[in-house]
Amino acid sequence: MPQKLAELAHCRAGDKGDTLTLSLCALRAEDYPRLAAQVTPARVRAHLAGIVKGEVRRYELPELHALQFVCEQALAGGVTASLALDAHGKTLSYALLELELDDRD
Amino acid sequence: MATIEAKTLRIGAGAGFQGDRIDPAVVLASQGGLDYMVLECLAERTIAAAQLRRLHEPGTGFDPLLEARMEALLPFVARSGLRIVTNMGAADPLGAAKVTIAVARRLGLRVKVAAVTGDDVLRLVKPGMTALETGRPLREHGKLVCANAYLGAEALLPALASGANVVITGRVADPSLFVAPLVHEFGWALDDWDHLARGTVVGHLLECAGQVTGGYFADPGAKDVPDLAHLGFPFADVDTEGFGTISKVPGTGGAVTLRTVKEQLLYEVTDPTGYVTPDVTADFRGVRLAEVGPDRVAVGGATGRARTETLKASVGYLAGWRGEGEITYAGANARARAALAAAVLRERLHEAVPELELRIDHIGVDSAHRSSFGHAYDPYEVRLRVAGSADRRAIAERIGWEVEALLTNGPAGGGGVRRSVAERIGIVSTLLPRAKVAAEVTLLQSRYAAKAR
Repeated sequence: MPQKLAELAHCRAGDKGDTLTLSLCALRAEDYPRLAAQVTPARVRAHLAGIVKGEVRRYELPELHALQFVCEQALAGGVTASLALDAHGKTLSYALLELELDDRD
Repeated sequence: MATIEAKTLRIGAGAGFQGDRIDPAVVLASQGGLDYMVLECLAERTIAAAQLRRLHEPGTGFDPLLEARMEALLPFVARSGLRIVTNMGAADPLGAAKVTIAVARRLGLRVKVAAVTGDDVLRLVKPGMTALETGRPLREHGKLVCANAYLGAEALLPALASGANVVITGRVADPSLFVAPLVHEFGWALDDWDHLARGTVVGHLLECAGQVTGGYFADPGAKDVPDLAHLGFPFADVDTEGFGTISKVPGTGGAVTLRTVKEQLLYEVTDPTGYVTPDVTADFRGVRLAEVGPDRVAVGGATGRARTETLKASVGYLAGWRGEGEITYAGANARARAALAAAVLRERLHEAVPELELRIDHIGVDSAHRSSFGHAYDPYEVRLRVAGSADRRAIAERIGWEVEALLTNGPAGGGGVRRSVAERIGIVSTLLPRAKVAAEVTLLQSRYAAKAR
């Protein structure tokens, strides 16, 4: 059964100019290795293809059982230039949690 | 030595953004046993908006909630020795200090207020300098209206040494507002990178106030937060080594757990291996968290590297106007009627202004994420939103008018129209040599009001 990231992790979004940060934290420490293995920058980039136009970098924080994604060109030019209703991209944490994981690992 | 080593400082966060709630700050001031309260009220764009306000109407460049917050909190300053550090000065720290003195006089309180200035660097910023975000010269973005450098903890030290009860600044890096009292009280050297990094982590955890105590965290069934309605604001007990324990006043709503602290620790951090502030470059990879009691999380383990030789400055420019309009369609075929309205609007607006940049959203369908990730369904109602940008106000206003005109010129059953137009300020950043930016302190003092004698 595919499993949504929402069942395994919690997330908060942040913004700096046109850059979006997505902090993904495992709900249970034992799930962290699976998150680290499956939630790759490439998968996040593909999942958010309609939103993120630039590079996605990932930082691993094993002590915190967390992954930090830094997405460039993700906020339609940033708070000022963006015509989006959610110009800060605050709701995008829940877009990431829609990602479906498969049964591997 | 023993007594010095045992010393801890309790710093609370009484506001985490410009419009933050005041009641939790009063609870914190009255029951929190704080040494310092920081009120962080300035976002990237807030200071530009304040600058613009000041251009239009002199004497309005500070935070619009300054008086309300000071009226609520100054009595505790006068009574218990609590010290307040705040960036509510925004574009006019000196003006904010004068207003604070006026509030104190009105309340019959004696306070000493220090205004820290020097972050306004418009005269140092040249139009030929490069914008970090775009790599293009500043002048190509639009008419420059303001430039504010991010000052660090160092700029606040003379104000704290003066004995002022309230320190009011303009642009200061958020964590630095918390690091300054730590440096002042514990005498940390300004090149003691590990201590500064640990203090920075504590400051970063506190700077958004309720966001570390369970605010912006609750998700019913998945992440429940008790009594969110009475969310308490946080404080940290910090020791002389910079290790802190995050907590809140017992009896307040919310929660301080590993989960709430982790979300805030990484919030807006674009490089956890090198978080740059004016004080230090902090590495978060070694950060350790531990639940040490109910609603108590200990934090430590950050390491630091030398601060940068430059300071970041936010530069604001005039970016034209934004016009918006919204209308709701509900009931059978609502989605199709909204789509028809969108097509009609596009045609009408582009026939009138061919170059107009438009964004059309179907709220309730896919406005937030440009996708509904497989949640396919037919919503009962859709709110259509149209937004566009223009150089001239008259063109921006036309967008909302056309939405309103759908009432008699569009599809069936539209209602609840709202329209707005707003001037836009763009923000880009540039770097300035640290030595060029000089902070200054001005002291003001209120005496007892006549009736209080």
